[in-house]
Amino acid sequence: MAVQPAMPRSWRRETKPHKFCPGCGHGIALRVLGQAIDQLNIQDRMVFGCDIGCSLLAWDFFNVDTVQTHHGRTTPVIVGLKRARPELVCVAYMGDGGGYAIGAQHLVSAAMRNDRITVILINNTQYAMTGGQMAPTTLPGQKTETSPYGRDPDMTGHPTQGPEMVATITPESAYVARGTISRPKQLHKMVTRALENQIAGRGFSFVEILATCPTNWRTNAKNTWKFIEETMPTHFKVGELKVPEAFQAAAGGEGARADG
Amino acid sequence: MSEKPITGEKRVFMTGNEVVAWAAVAAQAEIMYGYPITPQNEIMHYWTRLAPKFNKTFLQTEDELSAGFTTIGGVLAGKKTFTATAGPGTVLMQEPLAMAEMMRLPVVVVVMQRGGPSTATVIYSQQEVTLTTFGGNGEGFRIVYSTATHQDLFDYTIKAFNIAWKYRMPTFVLGDGYQAKMREPLTMYDPEERGVELVKPEPYVGLPGMPGEERPPGHYRNTYNTEEELNEVVNDHVKAYEQIQNELPEHDEFGTENADLVVVAHGVVARATKQAVEALRAEGLNIGYFRPITLRPMPDQALRAMADRTKKILVVESAQGQLARLLKESLYGKTVEIVPLFRPGVGVTPEEVMARSRELVA
Amino acid sequence: MAKLAKIMIAGEGGQGIQAVAEILAEAAYEEGKHVLYIPNFGVEQRGGVSVAFLQIGDEPIGSPKFEIADIIVALSERAVGRTRQYVGAPTVFVYDTMVATGKVELPTGAAKVLAIPGVETAKKELHPRVFNVMIMGAVIEATKVVSPENAKKAIEKRLGYKFEQDPKLRELNYRAIERGMELVGEVLRGGQG
Repeated sequence: MAVQPAMPRSWRRETKPHKFCPGCGHGIALRVLGQAIDQLNIQDRMVFGCDIGCSLLAWDFFNVDTVQTHHGRTTPVIVGLKRARPELVCVAYMGDGGGYAIGAQHLVSAAMRNDRITVILINNTQYAMTGGQMAPTTLPGQKTETSPYGRDPDMTGHPTQGPEMVATITPESAYVARGTISRPKQLHKMVTRALENQIAGRGFSFVEILATCPTNWRTNAKNTWKFIEETMPTHFKVGELKVPEAFQAAAGGEGARADG
Repeated sequence: MSEKPITGEKRVFMTGNEVVAWAAVAAQAEIMYGYPITPQNEIMHYWTRLAPKFNKTFLQTEDELSAGFTTIGGVLAGKKTFTATAGPGTVLMQEPLAMAEMMRLPVVVVVMQRGGPSTATVIYSQQEVTLTTFGGNGEGFRIVYSTATHQDLFDYTIKAFNIAWKYRMPTFVLGDGYQAKMREPLTMYDPEERGVELVKPEPYVGLPGMPGEERPPGHYRNTYNTEEELNEVVNDHVKAYEQIQNELPEHDEFGTENADLVVVAHGVVARATKQAVEALRAEGLNIGYFRPITLRPMPDQALRAMADRTKKILVVESAQGQLARLLKESLYGKTVEIVPLFRPGVGVTPEEVMARSRELVA
Repeated sequence: MAKLAKIMIAGEGGQGIQAVAEILAEAAYEEGKHVLYIPNFGVEQRGGVSVAFLQIGDEPIGSPKFEIADIIVALSERAVGRTRQYVGAPTVFVYDTMVATGKVELPTGAAKVLAIPGVETAKKELHPRVFNVMIMGAVIEATKVVSPENAKKAIEKRLGYKFEQDPKLRELNYRAIERGMELVGEVLRGGQG
């Protein structure tokens, strides 16, 4: 991009440029989150939790109170915090390993309890920080360091359908969506709704974000884009899976605008 | 606001688990997060019954990992928050506790020891001493009070909240299944009425002002990029812990002046050893009693002074030497003979202690 | 350790062992005595032998468990087997006559081994539901750790709400205590049971 959009107010200038690899999807996801924070004017009453793996690089990303932990335990830290201080807007930000493997019980349990928190989960199809191992989200046939001949679904299962699972176990007041960094406008709407749903005290809010990892995918710009635009959506359907009625009523017939 | 839960001095007769729940209320704890495991369950049972009366919060989490991490969340929010666990739960709890150590978070954990290793018994042991004092991938930056009586459970649960918030260090009340389930009398009281000041909790997040503009944002992390960066943080913890080592050790002792033998035990076993030592002294034997109350930090100075005044030490515990290891570290360089009486996973009776002590001074 | 009574009551789950121990403990506590009561609560609790350890004395009590009991009341074959290790020279061992002594060996080396017809008496003269209260009467007579009046008060405290609805129940419980005391009194006077 030749012209950089203005930096969100909630971003911490002192820690920019950020520490993510070139082409990494985290930067776009966190830009979208930053814009949503600005727009909803919640910077001074927000707690941002990030996890181990690449998400931990965000520990000083925002001018927002932040806590960093690991193993998907960001979810219970944020749950404990939110229950103690319901007036705060609390976000748990993690990767697919944290949310769907080692910390899956926390995601499942928080969703089932309909905890009034927002979980944002980055799906880049592998464990990135640790050097590109197979993740619950790795695609069939996809080569990683621990599936060097390609993931064999017969032996290691199919990619986790996270939002689909969360949508199944949450009540109607929950908000569940899968967005992608390749459609920032749509993603912005999803992240905003996921925060608004918490602010309204309605229910659990979950957004999985398809994100790029050229470093571990070992792809050039063109193939990186092709993987996230074409390949990933064939396994992970992008869109809103569960939208509380309040949003549907407010949106009127503007559904089409969602596609950025 | 709800009224004070306890006014005046109140003599009661109840189980240890019930005592802990009342003590937490008396300490003005606000939140308990927990997961069922015997023998600590009734702490949750009583807390959930008291909760609506005194405006308290509870959540039964999905496991002890979550119980520990939600407790951290509660503390970050600025609330006195605690959890309770035992056995395999104490194992899982080490992950959040390591985080609490690293960030020096004032979480309070009540451990009611059961048998180990693994599932073992739901009944009793003193086999969680190592885990409670030095568990986790860290350096044991923790404060551990080992209780012997129901009065201890009440007093030290209140104290644990105060010490945790004053020193910003994870603090433990170490009990066991016997204490959890047995009934005996104690006096409950409102600590402030007795002149015990209750340390006020403070929030880490959600403070007034726009972060990054009117105040710095609270950026709380466990992750460090370089070895040096980490080393600096840990060294700060070491320094903080030195202060704790000077200020917090507690113990109880009698009859250790020029003793032929001193019996050392902690927790509920110290009751049996006290009973035994008193009986032996009544017979005219020159035997002393020493009970460390803090197991982390150990009362090093008092132990070393005691070792200089006695010929032998008999260390008694319901574990295979977990207290003895701490003791030997405290007594490094001393030549006093240390004799074990280890009964892993079972209770110790005064009769056993008396028999072994007699052999040693014969 | 003057005047410390170490009491053990054991039976099958559902016989109301722990309730008896709790009421006795309450009564002794109300008398201003030092009391320590602990149930066994292993996974054994489910479908196993229920054991209550109770110590009552004039001075603070040390260890919650003990090696040798002053009195043991064992109410089933399994309870006899489970408690045998706690029998020593000072022990008064009381068992129910319903215990099939052919199936289980009675302890040796006790001060006294006594059989009382608890189950039978409760069934014939009172009501099976007050069997455990009768056993409490037996323990009171054998140990004198609390007065029958205070035991009645402790029962009142626990079951008073039920007695309000049905005063006959109060009479039944009180009679059960007295009958239990008589049973032990009779066998004690009779010497070795």
